Amino acid sequence: MDAPMAMIEKNQDTRETAAVTVEGISMHYPGGVHALEDICLSIPRGKMTAFLGPSGCGKTTLLKIIAGLLEPSSGDVFVNGKKTTAPGPERAFVFQDFALLPWANVLRNVAFGLELRGRKKGEREEIARKFIAQTGLTGFEHHYPHQLSGGMRQRAGLARALVINAEILLMDEPFSAVDEQMRRKLQEDLLSLLAVENKTVIFVTHSIEEAVYLADQTVILSPRPGRIAKIVSTDLHSDLTPDQIRRDRRYLDMVDEIWGGLKQYLE
Amino acid sequence: MALSMRRIQIPAMFSLVLWGAIWELIGRFGGIDLIPPLTRIFVAAVETITLDKFRNALLMTGEVFAIGLGLAIVVGIPVGIVMGRLRIAANMLNLWVNIFISAPLTAFVPALMPILGIGQTTVVATVFLFSVWVIVIDTQAGILTVNRSLIEMARSFGATRFQIYYKILFLAALPEILTGLRMGVIRGVKGVIIGQLIVALLGFGELFDLYLGSFLMERFWALVFLIFGLAFILVQAVVLLERKFEFYADVR
Repeated sequence: MDAPMAMIEKNQDTRETAAVTVEGISMHYPGGVHALEDICLSIPRGKMTAFLGPSGCGKTTLLKIIAGLLEPSSGDVFVNGKKTTAPGPERAFVFQDFALLPWANVLRNVAFGLELRGRKKGEREEIARKFIAQTGLTGFEHHYPHQLSGGMRQRAGLARALVINAEILLMDEPFSAVDEQMRRKLQEDLLSLLAVENKTVIFVTHSIEEAVYLADQTVILSPRPGRIAKIVSTDLHSDLTPDQIRRDRRYLDMVDEIWGGLKQYLE
Repeated sequence: MALSMRRIQIPAMFSLVLWGAIWELIGRFGGIDLIPPLTRIFVAAVETITLDKFRNALLMTGEVFAIGLGLAIVVGIPVGIVMGRLRIAANMLNLWVNIFISAPLTAFVPALMPILGIGQTTVVATVFLFSVWVIVIDTQAGILTVNRSLIEMARSFGATRFQIYYKILFLAALPEILTGLRMGVIRGVKGVIIGQLIVALLGFGELFDLYLGSFLMERFWALVFLIFGLAFILVQAVVLLERKFEFYADVR
């Protein structure tokens, strides 16, 4: 089982340069579900990576392990070269169901990460207002989550993640709970937001189109227990604007290719 | 259905006035000593309020009630939260809480007297025993409804364990906790009066004993209505508090 010297050195190397490295992660839930098997992966800094796969393949589990919210049965997660087992300030999470505090207005929700860190009210609200503006929520600072549409709730969820200025954004099916048109709008807005913010983003999706449209690299997982089936480069942003991507030949080819690979799991 | 219901809507006070009128008639012409006319009871109530005896009883009862309910809150909410969070605690305590919440605790009060003495402490214990269980159960129910992803969210932003308890769990369960508090107030009022009646020497219990013993029925009824009124006001105060937090009860 001894790994060759060269491979260990290579791992050391990627650990230093990659934003996140995942080494040999397996996950058995108590109760017998075997969710992930020996996942090794490195997430490039400043890029967008999508986890894509059939439902139940453990993609959300993998994301939550990287977030430090779940403890893997075996294997390690390195963030910026350092081994981590708990949430940290360099990572921020965006939840599928938004996870907004229903008793708090948008302003307090967006500032919540800073509130937990004990920042002064005036200070944290000033920072929150900046990101409320960036995510297009100006005017809704004093609205409560139940007064907002799904799309606006997720904008608040995104603003909350941006406020703490983490370099790594982890998003769990961020747009799956909003309708198709709103999803497109949120995807476009996310791309233009990230063009200025320069973050490392990892997101889970079950939509091939979303992965190809947003991600620079797409990690395809096989059904339970989840293993890495394939890693596809889906980088189209370097030479295309968000408007052009969906009309580009390569976009269509990539969607087709990934669909070809995923189809076998649905039998 | 809804339309015809609306058409025959009765003003809220009407039934109260109607029953008051019936009472008055029975009081005047029924010849039942136990039921004096309502108007005379009102006069007696106004008199009673000015009595030193009543004021002392009110202060004493209020104090005992506040201490008993305060203890029930301070103990009940944390116990309910722990039972909602830890399976071991729930397994150990669920049975007992459910026995005590449905047990006829009145029978239990005389058993407290040899331990706690014939005095305030016994009544405080009675209030506590009457109100704590429902607070525990409702708090536990509230904690069990808390959306797990709120807890994950707080953890992902680096919340400490303590912050998760008071910034997430407590607030998320607050609508149920306040319902428990309202039920606790209702039961606590019963507890304080029953405690005082059984111990028979204290506060309103002493007054009831005095009025019934000397057959002062107007005073007796006046006291009953005053206590009804006070309990009603107390419960309405909690209802107001509940309304303040109700807006998020359905959207958690």
